[in-house]
Amino acid sequence: MSELLRVSGLRVVYPGRPPVRAVDGVDLTVAAGQVVGLVGESGCGKSTVARALCGLVAPAAGTVVFDGTPVPPLGLRRRPVALTRIQLVFQDPYASLHPRRPVGAQIGDGVRAAAARGAESAEPARWLDRVGLAADAARRFPHEFSGGQRQRIAIARALAARPDLLIGDEPISALDASTQAVVAALMRDLAVDSGAGLLFISHDLSVVRLIADRLVVMYRGRIVESGPARDIWAEPRHPYTQSLLAAVPVPDGSGTLPPATPDGVEYPLDPVLR
Amino acid sequence: MSTAELIRAGGIRARMRERIPRAWRTPLGITGAVVAALWLLVAALGPLLWPHDPLAQDLPRLQAPDGAHWFGTDELGRDVLSRVLAGARVTVPLALLLVGLSVLVGGLLGLAAGFFGRWVGETVMRLTDLVMAFPTVILAMVVAASLGASLVNAVLAALVVSWPAYARVTRGLVLGVREADYVLADRLLGFSAARSLRTDIVPMVSGPVLILASLDIGTATLLLSGLSFLGLGAKPPTAEWGSMVATAINHFDAWWMGLFPGLAILTVVMAFNFLGDALRDALDPRTAGVLTKAETR
Amino acid sequence: MTGAPARPSLEITGLTLRIGASEILRGVDLRLAAGRIQGLAGESGSGKTMTGLAVLGLLPATARLGGSISYAGRELLSMAPRERNALRGTEIAMVFQDPSTSLHPMLSIGAQLTDHLRHHRRLDRAAARGRAEELLARVRIPDPAHALRRFPHQFSGGQRQRIAIAIALACSPKVLIADEPTTALDVTVQAGVLHLLRELATEMGLAVLLVTHDLGVMSAVADRVAVMRGGEVVEDGERAQVFTAPAHPYTASLLASLPGAAHGVQSLDDVRALREAARE
Repeated sequence: MSELLRVSGLRVVYPGRPPVRAVDGVDLTVAAGQVVGLVGESGCGKSTVARALCGLVAPAAGTVVFDGTPVPPLGLRRRPVALTRIQLVFQDPYASLHPRRPVGAQIGDGVRAAAARGAESAEPARWLDRVGLAADAARRFPHEFSGGQRQRIAIARALAARPDLLIGDEPISALDASTQAVVAALMRDLAVDSGAGLLFISHDLSVVRLIADRLVVMYRGRIVESGPARDIWAEPRHPYTQSLLAAVPVPDGSGTLPPATPDGVEYPLDPVLR
Repeated sequence: MSTAELIRAGGIRARMRERIPRAWRTPLGITGAVVAALWLLVAALGPLLWPHDPLAQDLPRLQAPDGAHWFGTDELGRDVLSRVLAGARVTVPLALLLVGLSVLVGGLLGLAAGFFGRWVGETVMRLTDLVMAFPTVILAMVVAASLGASLVNAVLAALVVSWPAYARVTRGLVLGVREADYVLADRLLGFSAARSLRTDIVPMVSGPVLILASLDIGTATLLLSGLSFLGLGAKPPTAEWGSMVATAINHFDAWWMGLFPGLAILTVVMAFNFLGDALRDALDPRTAGVLTKAETR
Repeated sequence: MTGAPARPSLEITGLTLRIGASEILRGVDLRLAAGRIQGLAGESGSGKTMTGLAVLGLLPATARLGGSISYAGRELLSMAPRERNALRGTEIAMVFQDPSTSLHPMLSIGAQLTDHLRHHRRLDRAAARGRAEELLARVRIPDPAHALRRFPHQFSGGQRQRIAIAIALACSPKVLIADEPTTALDVTVQAGVLHLLRELATEMGLAVLLVTHDLGVMSAVADRVAVMRGGEVVEDGERAQVFTAPAHPYTASLLASLPGAAHGVQSLDDVRALREAARE
């Protein structure tokens, strides 16, 4: 598999007194056709990583190299056509679609972005079908759809641009639990089938492990564990990963309470990499 | 859909479309709409309604209101009713023009300030600071006086003091919308700055700005009449309410000379205020919060 | 728990709710028993949050309620507002989802606790402070005496939620409605709050209504589970039975799409099969 994305020593600092090191030295790679799950809890920096990868946030240090070229921050200039090969699916399905344009037109923007690169893309109606929505939805407006449906539309728009790297920033968190696994699997299948890489960011381990090839665990702006998803799930080695997995309640009806973590526990920051 | 989803459904325009009819159902909204419509009709129909020529000075002077002259006559023998009706042709369209120009100038500058930021934003904001540091009417008076008394110059002077509020509000709204996920998503798809402004930002910003404008028509009317009252606007013999009130001060016994033009100003201002309030109340209370006059003037 | 059912602390019978043209609740039946946690599960739009708000009388003025909510032999829906207000916070308390918005950001937590106590229980300042410290210790906030003087933003998310629970418990209520109490919290912090709810229910004989969409949380801590859909309760049973042998197909379909559930998805292929089934 060819390597699409290489992140080295990424550091993002937010201003403040004291300045906040949202991302504190992160190394990451994503290959074509590979799904990397990036997990962690609130404040660990995973969303900031997503934004830095797209150029929505400027790194303080480190490099983000996509297909051999560094990714520049998004300025006022039009995004260079080659960089539309990186697409992002946002967390909030109620904010990521233009409220007053028909859904088909918005997916059409994705198609046009692909065309501008000379890549072939299907018509909006075909994309709607691929994400499991009726073709006639193209004429309707976002507010006529549920949250889960809107997220599918956002996925269709991102994929219509034929990205080589698809990044999902907590794409299932705002959805009902019953659709989370289905939408996550949809993203995986559509991305992998088209040869793209998928970086799937989430705090929900139980869904991520179903679709990810590799898992990367973030804590306090750093990566504390990474490796094949199956191995980490079966045998987490870093104490933070262990407590993260142990804390997830299993919906099996047994009444088992996960162990309570005492307040203010700090985990070691040395990573365990496989 | 959950309640939260229902609330968030649809943009401001969609809500405007459903709620404007409801806004006019309030007694004040209806009153405002009716009175404003009547004055617009008077301005439109113009000479068809005037019982006498507003400029003709051939009538008996300073006659109290009676059967022949419902509003009496003034010190030069002109029919006050005709002059009041003719005044509508001057004040109402000019007030609307003033608001329109303020929205255009202020809105464009605010758009640029919000979207481009940095030195463009700083420059525009410091300009608004400069203008807003002066008391509105006094600055308008100074500008009008230096340009020379005429209706056109009065409108220009009023424009100078009116655009900053729109620039500020527009900039604030643009700053909010600029970071919305859908705007970012479109930029990632290769939207140019121009396309982003046109498709993603302006449509979402125009709603609140238009509401502010509707609330402002009354103020614009007062400003223009005020400048004319001070002799900085309409020149005699033009029938304009403000200048009519000014002349009436010297003829205090002839109470009808000042009362009727004054009532005309009052009713126009209140009508547009009621209308603007009803519009604002009918829409998202969060948007209304952005637009209170205290924040912009 | 087996044995003859005790008289319910709170009983909801045939509750209907209409706001404007929408029928939000279409006849909800629920029973809350002392010392037990009754779970109320459902997806967005099912009406579960509205049910909790209806018990507390926190619905908008345009809400039209029907049916019955009976507490200690009194009918809540026909009570005068003043009587209803007297019950709220004292005998029936609520904990909300987001502790950053349910706690006053500019008052010290001591002030928020004692204010509540002095208003409802007429305690003097010293007695109120004493009780406030007790409550904070009960919810395991370290160093309660000094914590009283601190502000919400100085505590972590999990601690804030525990403080919100302390405030809810200040007047020793008999019924506690917890609306998504851990949804806004990180999963590693969630367990602490759930343990607390479990202990409080048992030790204080509290009747708890736990409203959440998270079936994992439900499975960990609820004694009975009711599932809502479209404004109605479609299933109501003991927790183990609902999760392993759900009676209603909707419950079964909810569980089928959850990784980790008894018959839930175990692998990517399972999810794909689910997707194909949904397409038809």
